[in-house]
Amino acid sequence: MTRPAPNGTASGTPVPRTPVSRTPAPLVLGIETSCDETGVGLVRDGVLLADALASSVDEHARYGGVIPEIAARAHLEAMVPTIERALATAGAKASDIDAVAVTAGPGLAGALLVGVAAAKAYALALGVPLYGIHHLAAHVAVDTLEHGPLPSPSVALLVSGGHSSLLLVEDLAAAPVVSLGATVDDAAGEAYDKVARLLGMPFPGGPPIDRAARDGTPTIPFPRGKAGDGTFDFSFSGLKTAVARWVEARRRAGEPVPVADVAASFQEAVVDVLTAKAVAAARTHGVDTLVIGGGVAANSRLRVLAAERCEAAGITLRVPRPGLCTDNGAMVAALGSLKAAAGVAPSPLDLPASSTLPLGA
Amino acid sequence: MLALDTSTPACSVALVQIPDAAPRPGAMRPLASPQVVDARRHGELLSPLMRDTLAEAGVKPADLAGVVVGLGPGPFTSLRVGIVTAATFAAALGLTCHGVCSLDGIGAVTSGRTGVVTDARRREVFWAGYADGERIAGPAVDRPGRAAELLRADGVDVVVGPGLALYPDVFPNVVAAGAGAGVAAAQYPDPAVLAALAAPDLLAGRAPAPLTPIYLRRPDVAEPHPAKAVTG
Ligand SMILES: [Zn+2]
Repeated sequence: MTRPAPNGTASGTPVPRTPVSRTPAPLVLGIETSCDETGVGLVRDGVLLADALASSVDEHARYGGVIPEIAARAHLEAMVPTIERALATAGAKASDIDAVAVTAGPGLAGALLVGVAAAKAYALALGVPLYGIHHLAAHVAVDTLEHGPLPSPSVALLVSGGHSSLLLVEDLAAAPVVSLGATVDDAAGEAYDKVARLLGMPFPGGPPIDRAARDGTPTIPFPRGKAGDGTFDFSFSGLKTAVARWVEARRRAGEPVPVADVAASFQEAVVDVLTAKAVAAARTHGVDTLVIGGGVAANSRLRVLAAERCEAAGITLRVPRPGLCTDNGAMVAALGSLKAAAGVAPSPLDLPASSTLPLGA
Repeated sequence: MLALDTSTPACSVALVQIPDAAPRPGAMRPLASPQVVDARRHGELLSPLMRDTLAEAGVKPADLAGVVVGLGPGPFTSLRVGIVTAATFAAALGLTCHGVCSLDGIGAVTSGRTGVVTDARRREVFWAGYADGERIAGPAVDRPGRAAELLRADGVDVVVGPGLALYPDVFPNVVAAGAGAGVAAAQYPDPAVLAALAAPDLLAGRAPAPLTPIYLRRPDVAEPHPAKAVTG
């Protein structure tokens, strides 16, 4: 069947597309400043258009950890240039933005505040809605940019320098993410940093330990904190101490420290507990999809072991590419985009930045 | 022009109409200049205050010609809220954002030799010295006694600003001289004054300098000691 050409256009000439009645999906700007990365992402309709990042990690390296005041100063410096870079990458103008999303917590108070203030100012200037976003929920949402909508419910394992959490996720846009368990002491990434320092490796400790571990064998039986205790909580403080004791005993005895084996054994202890508990959580809740996010999700051994165990348990494993696992603006824009599309009520302009923002907020 | 300052416990906004010629700092009457004093809530108060100020004056963000912000000195956290808000707000609208030393928001409308002191916490003050509204010393951070000494060395005998009430014994001269201090200076930096100070650059279309916060203090950090033994 041929459609009559509008306005009497002769057939054969290209017909100008009449505007579709539905409005285009909103272009969402996402701002993330909960730790040491200033991230700005642009997402429309589940498609990542830009993901600009400025990191102050080098300024923190000499202190062996993130210094909140240095991070906050760096966020202030980087904010406008990073937004402009994201806009340039997406070929968009500020006035094209339909909504602004921002990490409202949890994270470093002073760092969060810079991002939240910037997001409010942007939303106010453009007269567009503002969405306060939970950092952990955003870590889960970023996977939808790569692998499409998340089956409901799913289980998410988030591991980084700041968090180690197991979450039950139903409707990311509208329902609060439920915490199944979390670390009771150090985050997994923190344990990596401390063990790296002990072994004379640079900060952050994840990548150098991962590299060293590839040449080692996990022969040292370091403790698996809280393994098999029936909870979905983690503990890495005892492991960190056990590694330190082992290494110091060697040094005192004047024996060489087998760095690669220590790294491999430590790493095995961490990823063993993480993956075992993640799979157990999925089984307990009858869930067939596991998402892994956070900076430690870039760890090669975690990826391999998680894939093995998920396959054995009949669970679909979803891990975003490493660049999306670490803190970034794309994850915030991704969740903001889901909220905007679902018609979730925006946040008020007096939205506080909360370093301890609970998941239900 | 929209101007704001968050370098003190006050969160201050001013909406000002810039005349064609550069105005004198004290002579410009803002269309609106609301102020809320709550040292811990700048992050929550500032954007709603800007929204309400614009709405009540019937001005849309797109109608603005520029943004001005106090660069401090002031407590790090609240200072950053003001600067990042002003910078981002301006960037979203394609406007320039001009930074001015916050103490000038008090000192520029004083006459004679006048000192401005604000609270720097940790038993110190931020201060600057002015001669007929021109800054001649500072901004700096010092113990109140040292600040008074340096101000006196510059011939200053009148001190104004919120630091005064905190250290009345250190700056006693003011109690006697205060009445004759010329223009009554605002307790907190007045963003309308900051706007007047930035107006010449804005009117001339001069690109503003980068917005560098006047922290005057380094972050409180020490490099870590070598890893400590956990045993023995
Ligand atoms: Zn994170």
